[in-house]
Amino acid sequence: MAFEGLTEKLAAAFKKLRGKGRLSEADVKEAMREIRLALLEADVSYKVVKQFIAQVTEKAVGADVLEALSPAQMIVKIVNQELTELMGGTSAKLTIAPKPPTVVMMVGLQGAGKTTNGAKLAGMMKKQGKRPLLAACDVYRPAAIKQLEVVGEQLDVPVFQMGQIDPVDIAKAAVAHAEKHGNDMVFLDTAGRLHVDEALMDELKAIKAAVDPTEILLVVDAMIGQDAVNAAKAFDDALDINGVMLTKLDGDARGGAALSIKAVTGKPIKFVGTGEKLDQIEVFHPDRMASRILGMGDMLSLIEKA
Amino acid sequence: MGFFDKLKKINIFSTLAHLGSELNDDFYDELEESLILADTGMDVTLELVAELRRRVRTEGIKTLEEARACMCRVIADAMNVGDGALDLSTTPSVVLFIGVNGVGKTTTIGKIGAQLRHQGKKVLFCAADTFRAAAAEQLTIWAERAGVDIVKQHEGADPAAVVFDATSAARARRSDVVLVDTAGRLHNKQNLMNELNKISRVVDRELPGCARETLLVLDATTGQNGLIQAKQFQQAAGITGIVLTKLDGTAKGGIAIAIAKELGVPVKYAGVGEGIDDLKPFNAADFAQALI
Ligand SMILES: Nc1nc2c(ncn2[C@@H]2O[C@H](COP(=O)(O)OP(=O)(O)OP(=O)(O)O)[C@@H](O)[C@H]2O)c(=O)[nH]1
Ligand SMILES: Nc1nc2c(ncn2[C@@H]2O[C@H](COP(=O)(O)OP(=O)(O)OP(=O)(O)O)[C@@H](O)[C@H]2O)c(=O)[nH]1
Ligand SMILES: [Mg+2]
Ligand SMILES: [Mg+2]
Repeated sequence: MAFEGLTEKLAAAFKKLRGKGRLSEADVKEAMREIRLALLEADVSYKVVKQFIAQVTEKAVGADVLEALSPAQMIVKIVNQELTELMGGTSAKLTIAPKPPTVVMMVGLQGAGKTTNGAKLAGMMKKQGKRPLLAACDVYRPAAIKQLEVVGEQLDVPVFQMGQIDPVDIAKAAVAHAEKHGNDMVFLDTAGRLHVDEALMDELKAIKAAVDPTEILLVVDAMIGQDAVNAAKAFDDALDINGVMLTKLDGDARGGAALSIKAVTGKPIKFVGTGEKLDQIEVFHPDRMASRILGMGDMLSLIEKA
Repeated sequence: MGFFDKLKKINIFSTLAHLGSELNDDFYDELEESLILADTGMDVTLELVAELRRRVRTEGIKTLEEARACMCRVIADAMNVGDGALDLSTTPSVVLFIGVNGVGKTTTIGKIGAQLRHQGKKVLFCAADTFRAAAAEQLTIWAERAGVDIVKQHEGADPAAVVFDATSAARARRSDVVLVDTAGRLHNKQNLMNELNKISRVVDRELPGCARETLLVLDATTGQNGLIQAKQFQQAAGITGIVLTKLDGTAKGGIAIAIAKELGVPVKYAGVGEGIDDLKPFNAADFAQALI
């Protein structure tokens, strides 16, 4: 469904709600049907939608409608605030290890954007005066090492590789190499894997045990659907991740996974990828994401002004 | 053996046992939920369930087991919208692989290349992704694994120029099939979508009348955006089929039902792993079985 179509649909549903005063239960119920659809259309997890709607309904019923707003706008405002709050939290920063090097491990499903976005992060840190090292721990994907070397060269960030040996040994050697050569950050590029692949999940646990990473970032494609919660929960259960990076937000996916993943793991979304180029990385803004998930950026800015 | 034998199946109908054997509203509600959890989308879910209700009435279906079988038929009927086989009737014929970033285009070419070669065909890979870091190297490794030839240029070259080279090479070497790898692109980037058009025109001009397929590669983990992707790629490049990849995970790929229904484009292959043999002809009945 098109972005605009949904906004219109919401607006139409909200037109039915008139008058001022307090939001009645009936007002809220009516609006929540549309909000629920909007969230599902945005690929928010079915179960998370259920919880969210229940929670917001409770908050909204009886709320005073502000002078400048209609009940419909009021509900949208509450929903938006609640979404923003749920996706916010710990600030979007990489933790820096007290004793260098800071080790950042990029993990996730196949093709999510680990290699590209790990490189983007390294480039960003380099601009901030760090001396990052990229480490090639993907020994499975054809030409994975070469890919990392190419992006490393584009950023003028060194790449550590040992060919196709055990990734655990590569990770250890990369950290040792960084210590010796004054690299204060190491980004570990790991192979894509399914969360149900036990052997490969064990490999990540072994890497974690071997190098004790400062940050483990789960990289997630913004186009992902209902499976986001399964994958995120499995990666978090196995690795106790520190945060999430949401990629490919330059597309038109509404990115409901941002809400779902935060809801099931409690871990913050720290960064977003907004393009294939290596400088296309931004910190995560929960408020922008909330409007995007609702598919109603315009309406919200109207409400903000009100 | 069906192609989903490899997959772990969670049959929601077994979890419905607590509802008793009655086909009541609870049953339909839970069915809806499971379809939405499979990324089928609200609209299509409601359509499918309405169709099931209709058939339950007209066919006099009474039990959960029968209802499940019927639901599978409803889904399979929605998906059987065209020929699952590739049209490779001319020598050479050309298959273009397109899709958003990271879905599995290059890997799928490796797998299909190997299958076609085993069928005795002379296959040529064309590395028309000149943008992504080490894309040509990746395809080269797949060409070695599949035992087929490859045409490539340097990184940053004009993709249409690589396709031109490949068409000439295909004529000179009497290749049976040319498989063209393209760079991942998001469907909302008009300039990149136009590039597909340019590639297509080169094929038409250099190999007039050749049999052509344009396969949209779709990641099974994709949510509702998948339908928008399919529509945009359809408009820009005219897709003839879908390859649904990464079905070896827990994602069900339900958005493919919406695509088949709305665009009338069949799923032709299913990707079920990263290995060279992990690609199967798509079977809608098996897909439906795994979905619910
Ligand atoms: N449009 C867009 N493309 C992206 C973004 N991030 C990554 N990509 C593209 O997504 C594709 C996959 O990226 P990779 O970095 O190779 O993904 P990966 O997770 O390392 O993949 P595997 O190692 O195979 O698991 C490439 O075509 C990237 O250029 C983004 O933010 N926007
Ligand atoms: N589990 C699983 N992984 C797959 C499947 N198909 C491809 N992959 C993996 O997905 C990742 C991306 O595959 P590619 O073939 O590079 O995808 P692409 O569409 O060519 O990517 P870009 O060229 O960057 O747009 C790789 O790690 C592949 O091994 C599949 O069916 N199952
Ligand atoms: Mg990678
Ligand atoms: Mg590729």
